[in-house]
Amino acid sequence: MRYLPLADTDRQEMLRTIGAKSIDDLFVDVPEAARLSGKIEGLADHASEMSVERQMGAMARQNMVAGEVPFFLGAGAYKHHVPASVDHIIQRGEFLTSYTPYQPEIAQGTLQVLFEFQTQVARLYGCDVANASMYDGSTACWEAITMARRVTKRGKAILSGGLHPHYVSLAQTMARFTGDRLDVALPELTAETDAERLLASIDGETSCVVVQYPDILGRITDLTPIAEKAHANGALLIAVVTEPVALGAIEAPGHMGADIVVGEGQSIGVGLNFGGPYVGLFACKEKFVRQMPGRLCGETVDAEGKRGFVLTLSTREQHIRREKATSNICTNSGLCALAFSIHMTLLGERGLRDLAVLNHARAVLAAERLAKVPGVELVNDTFFNEFTLKLPKEARPAVRALADKGILGGVSLGRLYPEAEALENGLVVAVTEVVTDEDIEALASALQEVLA
Amino acid sequence: MSINASGWKPEMGSGEGMEVQTFTGNRALMLEEPLIFEMDEAGGCGVDIAPAPKVTSRLGGLERKRDIGIPGLSEPQTVRHYTRLSRQNYAIDLGLFPLGSCTMKHNPRLNEKMARLPGFADIHPLQPIDTVQGALKVIADLGEWLVKLTGMHSVAMSPKAGAHGELCGLLAIRSALEARGDAREVILVPESAHGTNPATAAFCGYRVENIPATERGRVDLAALKARLGPDVAGVMITNPNTCGLFEPDMIEISKAVHEAGGLVYCDGANFNAIVGRVRPGDLGIDAMHINLHKTFSTPHGGGGPGSGPVVFSEALTPFAPLPFVEKQGDRYVLIEEETAEEHHGRTFGRMTAFHGQMGMFTRALTYILSHGADGLRQVSEDAVLNANYILRSLDDVLDAPFGNSGPCMHEALFSDKDFGGGLSTLDVAKGLIDEGFHPMTMYFPLVVHGAMLIEPTETESKAALDQFIGALRSVAERAKAGDASLKAAPIYAPRRRLDETLAARKPVLAWKEPTQGVAAE
Amino acid sequence: MSLYFTKEHEWIQVEGDIATVGITDFAQGQLGDIVFVEVPSAGTQVSQGGDAAVVESVKAASDVYAPVSGEVVEGNAALEADPSLVNTAPEGEGWFFKLKLSDEGQLEGLMNADEYKAFVDSQ
Repeated sequence: MRYLPLADTDRQEMLRTIGAKSIDDLFVDVPEAARLSGKIEGLADHASEMSVERQMGAMARQNMVAGEVPFFLGAGAYKHHVPASVDHIIQRGEFLTSYTPYQPEIAQGTLQVLFEFQTQVARLYGCDVANASMYDGSTACWEAITMARRVTKRGKAILSGGLHPHYVSLAQTMARFTGDRLDVALPELTAETDAERLLASIDGETSCVVVQYPDILGRITDLTPIAEKAHANGALLIAVVTEPVALGAIEAPGHMGADIVVGEGQSIGVGLNFGGPYVGLFACKEKFVRQMPGRLCGETVDAEGKRGFVLTLSTREQHIRREKATSNICTNSGLCALAFSIHMTLLGERGLRDLAVLNHARAVLAAERLAKVPGVELVNDTFFNEFTLKLPKEARPAVRALADKGILGGVSLGRLYPEAEALENGLVVAVTEVVTDEDIEALASALQEVLA
Repeated sequence: MSINASGWKPEMGSGEGMEVQTFTGNRALMLEEPLIFEMDEAGGCGVDIAPAPKVTSRLGGLERKRDIGIPGLSEPQTVRHYTRLSRQNYAIDLGLFPLGSCTMKHNPRLNEKMARLPGFADIHPLQPIDTVQGALKVIADLGEWLVKLTGMHSVAMSPKAGAHGELCGLLAIRSALEARGDAREVILVPESAHGTNPATAAFCGYRVENIPATERGRVDLAALKARLGPDVAGVMITNPNTCGLFEPDMIEISKAVHEAGGLVYCDGANFNAIVGRVRPGDLGIDAMHINLHKTFSTPHGGGGPGSGPVVFSEALTPFAPLPFVEKQGDRYVLIEEETAEEHHGRTFGRMTAFHGQMGMFTRALTYILSHGADGLRQVSEDAVLNANYILRSLDDVLDAPFGNSGPCMHEALFSDKDFGGGLSTLDVAKGLIDEGFHPMTMYFPLVVHGAMLIEPTETESKAALDQFIGALRSVAERAKAGDASLKAAPIYAPRRRLDETLAARKPVLAWKEPTQGVAAE
Repeated sequence: MSLYFTKEHEWIQVEGDIATVGITDFAQGQLGDIVFVEVPSAGTQVSQGGDAAVVESVKAASDVYAPVSGEVVEGNAALEADPSLVNTAPEGEGWFFKLKLSDEGQLEGLMNADEYKAFVDSQ
């Protein structure tokens, strides 16, 4: 077996050192009844690289690849071009096969990357500090809600109807067990967001208001009034960003008064990967830092006075605080955070702004073209690179029919909100820099055929 | 004749033992590297982005008005920056990585290649399911092998890491108890448990009580039985436990917990010791997470991403989270919210967006297919053999607190007993760094003073083990002799010991532009 | 003015009905460098044996229990800026909080300086 270096002679010699007759002697503590005598049922014996590649390749070929067809899906995961150097660097063994940097003297590479990452995220979000990443945007969002509970010592969170339904669903699952109260609503197929509802709902029991920016339908709303009303009532504003590229074009939530900003970092550096692994971003105002979940990297000096980095404020975490920890999380999403950080370094200020401008421009062109398809209406007044169309019929079968024509045309609201009939004609369309004019034309004409 | 016009004559030089302060601060291949924020040149950029067509803005007047403040570098600068940083890291690719409880085994590169096939890496989680049948098959196949390897009934694939898996298991337990109208409030956790166990139980609204260990490092069965009662929702047990020992009473523990109306959670962090030889399902376990980044070799990546599927007993299966993959005829379907109502109304719900860590699933499935039934069994055998070899090669020089209670499983545990001169486990760990090894897990489990937990894994050769044993023996002898120079270790690493007190007292968590005064220094 | 100690390594200095509370020199030595202290704010009601403050070193977090019941009249704000006071002057400037005693009888169960010294030596 190519991954196992011991030879039988080694094994015999080692058993002699140990003083055991056979391997079975080492498993004496396992009760007879629990020992598996035969092999795992149905599993073949070890296989060559070539044979495994064949098996895996056969499964890979059964999927429609985003990069090979006109592609317009978003709703929390976006297809962007990732520079070749990103994947090259993250495959360096010193990054790929290292562990959480518990021994900082021999983990300065990972630690400095995390420090740079935290700074990039904080600045992108317009916040003071960011952590070393979370599992993904959805779990980061729930962690933010629990953090707001710890900060305000209140248990009612108001969730915007524009928040990604999976994020809402996850919060509802958790809240059933933690006792948090959630005020939720479905989105409406209108140009206006539910900012009015949020403003009307904030009261003295509110821990936080959670607003996605841009929201699940692609709409962009000014967060400032919501922040002001929340603060006047002693509540926090949590902004959720599922498309970080947008922040190259629009104001950062932290600059509009958000106390905690969280989101998905997948768009930058990570790729689609059928939903994971992704990277959760989490930033907040400095005064809340001790209530933050997750790992934090901080600057310090070594015994010779040289600058170095360490994981810090770890008394918040599970391995020390145990049942009093801020969260039970122990991993972050290190390698994805690295990919995010490399891509961000390659982009820089200018690249991110140019990329955002290009995304917006392509999305505007696509929206204008698709709105000309007979029966199709553009719901949004405002959007960045994603908008919602109202079709003259149910969108979910239309998406399947488009796929039959080799076009991945968007995410139907029927997929996201299976219970909501009022939303079933909605189609969320994302248009990034990878979409060509030909792709837009292909979608427009295929949609016309499908709707005819 | 022509006489050596260039003047080049090989010379060995002199100046032995001289320390030179270099201009750069570099020491040959040990390179200092500034932060990207200190390297930025105005408008630097490492990507070429096509010019955007002119359009009327639809941003609603919310255009960004100020700079983001992030630096940009060209591609050569970027590649060099991260390559130089990478060289300051220890990694499995560089040597044995004996972190106990972390299972730092070799990460096969075929796994990486398979995960990057466009058919897996470049598909969107919300594509129509007929366009992702192969991806769903990967999830279903991996799930099936995990169920068979553990002898359990079903599996939830969506948890994102071990701790997330624990959460999944406990939420299922609480859902099952609530469904039978039996509110219970206490979770029992052995003293030696991972910190995540009590943190997770508390998160789920449970009160945590500790169960003591016996002198042999196992759960005290009598004490456990005495504590069981109608208020106990269940136990969270790690098996093999964090002292590296198998819990021989596990079947009886499960039976007692079940008789008292509770459920059994097993922390599967140490599954590598028993994979292919013992099925947790045969031990009476109701839920167990599997760290794909441990047993199934997906890379640790400097702290994630992980993946923590949870296997369930029949009793807990109806409460498993959404979404999951089901085979209907010859087609795979994804059970999300809409279809759950009909067949899976008792699910406790969704715990993440989308469907889990697909990139880790492809790697883990590749690993399982590569090893096959014979290879996986060999994995646990070699992992246990290697750990016992380390235990017995060092127990004359280091105190092995449970060394007399039989063989260990996949990790060897030592204490700081008999260290001299005020030297501690920390000093030994730092001494190992100078020897070119990553230290073992230190000060865990909490039940052993100055604990050193060593997990070599099965992917080490005997030569590598012997070199590690020699290094640790040397450092341990220095510690016992009270060699004060160990306090200065490491001296050959890119950094000496770092001031963690300063970092925590005055946290600097983001880079700030130097103020004028400082810049002038 | 009298000084009392608890088995949880807190000291209590009582003047009239006001008690000043901190952790002992022995306790700070066990904890190592203190990096963060969270003290209760004025007006907080604490009860004997209940959580009152948190003290953190780099690798450990410890709860400080209220040695007696009462209402907090002042938390030591200086500790927020300089938690190292707990290391340098644990039984002086590094005090944690002052409270107004609600039950002076609770003092009777506590140790005096000699008894505490004997208690520490026996540990």
